[in-house]
Amino acid sequence: MPRQPQTGETYDVAIIGAGVVGCAVARRFSLAGAKVILIEKGADILSGASKANSAILHTGFDAPPGSLELELVRAGRQEYLEIRDSLNLALVTTGAYVCAWNAQEAEKLAGIERQARDNGTTDVVLRSGGEARAAMPSLSDRLVAALEVPGEHIIDPWSAPLAYLTQAVALGARFLRGAELIKGTFDGIWRLETTAGEILADAVVNTAGLYGDVVDTRLGFTPGFRIKPRKGQFVVLDKAAARHVPRIILPVPTEVTKGIVVCPTAFGNVLVGPTAEEQEDRVRATVETQTLEALVARAAEIVPALAGMPVTALYAGLRPASEEKGYRVFVRPDQRAITLGGIRSTGLSSALGLAQHALKLHADFAEPFTPPAQVPDIATPNLAECRERDWQRPDHGEIVCHCELVTRREIEATFSSPVPPGDFGGLRRRTRAGMGRCQGFYCNARLAEMTKGKLATPLAIDTEGGR
Amino acid sequence: MSALDADVLVVGGGPSGVAAAIELRRQGRRVILLDREPALGGATRHCAHSPFGMLEFGRVYFGAAYGRKLTREAEKAGVDIRTGHSVVELCEDGSVLVTTGPGVEKLTAERILVTTGAREKPRSARLLSGDRPIGVVTTGTLQSYLAFHGLLPFRRPLIVGSELVSLSAVLTCLSHGARPVAMIEPRAHALARAPLAWFPSLMGIPFHRGAEIVDILGRTRVEAVTIRRGGKLKTLDCDGVLLTGQFTPESALFLQSALGVDPGSAGPAVDQQGRSLDPRMFAAGNVLRAVETGGWAFREGRAIGRAIAEDFGREPEDGVPVPVTFDAPIKLVVPNILRRTASAPAFRQFQLRVLRRVRGRLSLELDGREVWQARGLWMPERRILVPIPPDAPQAQNVHFRFREED
Ligand SMILES: Cc1cc2nc3c(=O)[nH]c(=O)nc-3n(C[C@H](O)[C@H](O)[C@H](O)COP(=O)(O)OP(=O)(O)OC[C@H]3O[C@@H](n4cnc5c(N)ncnc54)[C@H](O)[C@@H]3O)c2cc1C
Ligand SMILES: Cc1cc2nc3c(=O)[nH]c(=O)nc-3n(C[C@H](O)[C@H](O)[C@H](O)COP(=O)(O)OP(=O)(O)OC[C@H]3O[C@@H](n4cnc5c(N)ncnc54)[C@H](O)[C@@H]3O)c2cc1C
Repeated sequence: MPRQPQTGETYDVAIIGAGVVGCAVARRFSLAGAKVILIEKGADILSGASKANSAILHTGFDAPPGSLELELVRAGRQEYLEIRDSLNLALVTTGAYVCAWNAQEAEKLAGIERQARDNGTTDVVLRSGGEARAAMPSLSDRLVAALEVPGEHIIDPWSAPLAYLTQAVALGARFLRGAELIKGTFDGIWRLETTAGEILADAVVNTAGLYGDVVDTRLGFTPGFRIKPRKGQFVVLDKAAARHVPRIILPVPTEVTKGIVVCPTAFGNVLVGPTAEEQEDRVRATVETQTLEALVARAAEIVPALAGMPVTALYAGLRPASEEKGYRVFVRPDQRAITLGGIRSTGLSSALGLAQHALKLHADFAEPFTPPAQVPDIATPNLAECRERDWQRPDHGEIVCHCELVTRREIEATFSSPVPPGDFGGLRRRTRAGMGRCQGFYCNARLAEMTKGKLATPLAIDTEGGR
Repeated sequence: MSALDADVLVVGGGPSGVAAAIELRRQGRRVILLDREPALGGATRHCAHSPFGMLEFGRVYFGAAYGRKLTREAEKAGVDIRTGHSVVELCEDGSVLVTTGPGVEKLTAERILVTTGAREKPRSARLLSGDRPIGVVTTGTLQSYLAFHGLLPFRRPLIVGSELVSLSAVLTCLSHGARPVAMIEPRAHALARAPLAWFPSLMGIPFHRGAEIVDILGRTRVEAVTIRRGGKLKTLDCDGVLLTGQFTPESALFLQSALGVDPGSAGPAVDQQGRSLDPRMFAAGNVLRAVETGGWAFREGRAIGRAIAEDFGREPEDGVPVPVTFDAPIKLVVPNILRRTASAPAFRQFQLRVLRRVRGRLSLELDGREVWQARGLWMPERRILVPIPPDAPQAQNVHFRFREED
């Protein structure tokens, strides 16, 4: 049973920000036996950077050698592979091609191969353009050469953090949403003033993503970094595109970005993006017609069969980048505080690694906890196409979202789960409802009815007196 | 072959599917009609104020009443109606995969007719700029909110588009206490005929031609929209965006099968019998091309139902089809292919659409020989009909030529 909150109760650890990193940290500390509270200002988990990414579980083949990022991506990936069965999480073992489209790019591949091997990704193979196209004939014949990276995989970017938090909650952690940290003071214990009341904690972990520096300031620290959001826009192509894109197609990266990726999603679509656009705004992640058109065109250059493919969805995410490339991890043992900041573009892969790291850092200033006797497995509802979906099983009630084949049973179940959706985005991320090619033409009204009174921003407006 | 579930499976219970099913029953065929919604009627179910049925039933029905009339007629004809049945896949072996509340099943028949209709393009497929808040919906969605649940998605929407359906959008808003802040059309001309020139203004709704959305603002719900008109930006306060028109066939079943869809129509390619590239599979109604009226869909369904009935007793025709080709700015031609066959055609006419307002000479050539021509001003989203010459299926080359004139 989840522990009931009590006034005056002191948590062992308060985690600020329920992105993928915060969810993973909540799980790790709960597994260690800590009494955990996860504080989120949004109506749901994944309200920041973590709601929109490419969903690649990276190997770290192209990470800066010797970096903390490399170490934690590798650790995070390793743990994901170990726990995914017990949490019922998907893994689409696509592999990737780093594609060189001209001679200069092809020249860089050897260096990337060397770096990959140095980084411990030893199963990479250099391929000629012909070899790569023999394995994946849909690639444009302009392909000069490619580096095959078999270990790059695709996961479900929403179910994973949800599973981490659900396991934490099953171990007694408390998830407090709609609670923005306003100010923290430390006088032997932390007093955290939030929009949902005061929280007492022995230690804090700042996982506020795009607000990492702001939260450090609010905790009374001089932040060691400054967040400079970097936007990435995406186009999601129709499921019919998936048969042309069985693998992740990566470009040869530049200094600035990993570049435009064309890759499958766990949900059976094809993703094209992201862009890399610096901006000051930490909230607005707009999509822009011209950029989207360019992405659509780029996809067809890489895989000609994608020309004319209908667009299913658009989205944009903000990377919590900082003025430096690497992760910005700070420990303040005297104030019993850890900051996991600037987790720019690999946080989905490294989250579990970051959580292990945070626990280690915590052990340097605090007594160890007593781990729970039993660790519950979590039957995370599966949204991925590589596993059985609910519509394929008996007695699902009916199909509510026709494009994504989301059942009534799935929608009802998510609302009675330990971490139910707080807003429409949260419902979509938990079930895929409304995310398909019609984007709600057929099901949005039904969803408005089914979610009445359950979401922070209802789909339907209050019609009292309106009819 | 194992026992078949029916002679014909009809997928989609809108006007075209029901008309086809009834016609097939009249011709003595066993028919199962599948629809994923809880009732028949298709898109007419939520069109509460549009009259349907005059041509097919000699009197008018509105919204759900038309669907009920279709249901009664289908029942009377002995159609095996199965609602709540979502067809998930057209399988290679000619069967269909279905999921229903109780579970998954496979159904088989000698012929399959797909009549899954059309829908409006959502915001994403239009690649519209801005935030992605709640409150950006299509006319069909708005009507579903009202007709099925008595809900409203907004009270002060900006309406986008000026096809015929936009009139429906305005009416639906006004009759339910929603007050559109403005109506915009990116083109220089309204797409629908006369009423749109004056109707919105009559209702006190500003109508801007040549105006497009450049930004949608709002963190959770729509708060404002910035439009560009004549190079000038203007921000309008509103709590929703109502996207009208830009219909596209709901052809997912074809798109995801090996048959694919026609690049022009975005629906399955069919011949003059309504038969697709797979000779066991047919299609009719708005899935062929977006968008036609309910009455049109009904008549088309009936004609193709009759063609399917006549197809029985023969080996499925699978002669190599001849594609019907065309010049820009023609958008689509249906039938998209022609097959050499002795059977009477279901389509007497080619249906064409153009992509933009254009003046010029349209002609049809069979093996390079001109057999039909017309000059004029051609408007987008309007039906253009060209008789199918009886010898057209014998031609090796069927081409619609267009020469622009000023
Ligand atoms: C375009 C793009 C593509 C990407 N692709 C990949 C990929 O393929 N693979 C991969 O591994 N990674 C990828 N990433 C990176 C990954 O998404 C990020 O590294 C990760 O999401 C960062 O998570 P986070 O938990 O640190 O931050 P966030 O997700 O931003 O979480 C921070 C949370 O803190 C909350 N918060 C902020 N301030 C407060 C406050 N004062 N009080 C309470 N709560 C607060 C926020 O609401 C938010 O929910 C991509 C990122 C982007 C943007
Ligand atoms: C907003 C709007 C306003 C309109 N206004 C008018 C008007 O004023 N006057 C007019 O004449 N016409 C109007 N129309 C058009 C009219 O409704 C259509 O012409 C007519 O309904 C088309 O019939 P159909 O049989 O081709 O398809 P639909 O009526 O669209 O029926 C398709 C059916 O197929 C079912 N289906 C789809 N996919 C599957 C699947 N995989 N498995 C099982 N079932 C499936 C659907 O549930 C649906 O019932 C309007 C349409 C819309 C959307």
